[in-house]
Amino acid sequence: MDGAAMLAALTARFGSGVVETHDHRGDHTAVVTREALPRVLAYCRDEPALAFEMLTDLTAVDYSKYPGREDGPRFEVVYHLYSLAHNHRLRLKVRVDEDDAVVPTAIDLWPIADWFEREVWDMFGVRFADHPDLRRLLMYEEFVGHPLRKEYPIDRRQPLIGPPN
Amino acid sequence: MGLGSFFTSKLDEAIGWARKYSIFQYPFVTACCGMEYMATACSHYDIDRFGAGLPRFSPRQADVLFVVGTISHKMAPVLKRVYDQMTEPKWVVAFGVCTCTGGFYNNYATVQGIDTIIPVDVYIPGCPPRPESVIDGLMKLQDKIAAQAQRY
Repeated sequence: MDGAAMLAALTARFGSGVVETHDHRGDHTAVVTREALPRVLAYCRDEPALAFEMLTDLTAVDYSKYPGREDGPRFEVVYHLYSLAHNHRLRLKVRVDEDDAVVPTAIDLWPIADWFEREVWDMFGVRFADHPDLRRLLMYEEFVGHPLRKEYPIDRRQPLIGPPN
Repeated sequence: MGLGSFFTSKLDEAIGWARKYSIFQYPFVTACCGMEYMATACSHYDIDRFGAGLPRFSPRQADVLFVVGTISHKMAPVLKRVYDQMTEPKWVVAFGVCTCTGGFYNNYATVQGIDTIIPVDVYIPGCPPRPESVIDGLMKLQDKIAAQAQRY
């Protein structure tokens, strides 16, 4: 199934659950609502024509200083899916606000989401509902804040030992 | 410095000569510099010529701590602990720009030079340093070991 057909199938099946779709140089993306996300992910994995067995990446973007999007939902959580059976890819995005930065977990679909979601929590402070062990992954427990958020000062240092250089 | 600092003896020279040709390194390898360290440590460059051919992977049996690769703030207490476990006399080599200054990683995660945590004897800059630089640094370390006032 080519990318345009995938996006059409998602739109037809989930209706208003798909906010928008686009195609940039052959990479197809669907922005979905948070409410529809678990169903969309499960459909992408289990529908034989899609068969996305692999979650190649799960990350986030902070749009708080992005021109034109300062007022909109602050974070986008991004899912990169890949199908080994069909050799095709799809990107899914879900937008969340800062004061309600929670996304349903994808661990029950792809176990690798465990560490991806811990990394996103660590770097951006986006939480994942029903994640069994949402601890920091890269930074240490004593670290305060989320370093990839745009408001994290670029020169703030929090060393465990030694001077704050 | 007092007069005693300049006092040397034949025994000191003999011990210094012996020590500089029996360097047991502890390679603390954390990043890409490790590749260049391995290239240097293999047979082509033959650092056995300098008596530094045998790495010891126990800090208690090593003389020289080779810090090879970027040290993050999360790793810093581990490095300090490994250094503290080494027995005297001990030396430290900062291998690559990340260990010397933090390199191009001036960010929330990276220690800006391991000399903020532990004392360093020889700095080998480069990203990564070529084996020639490493051997040059090793020879400078040998000179330092040989010339160092001995403590009994």
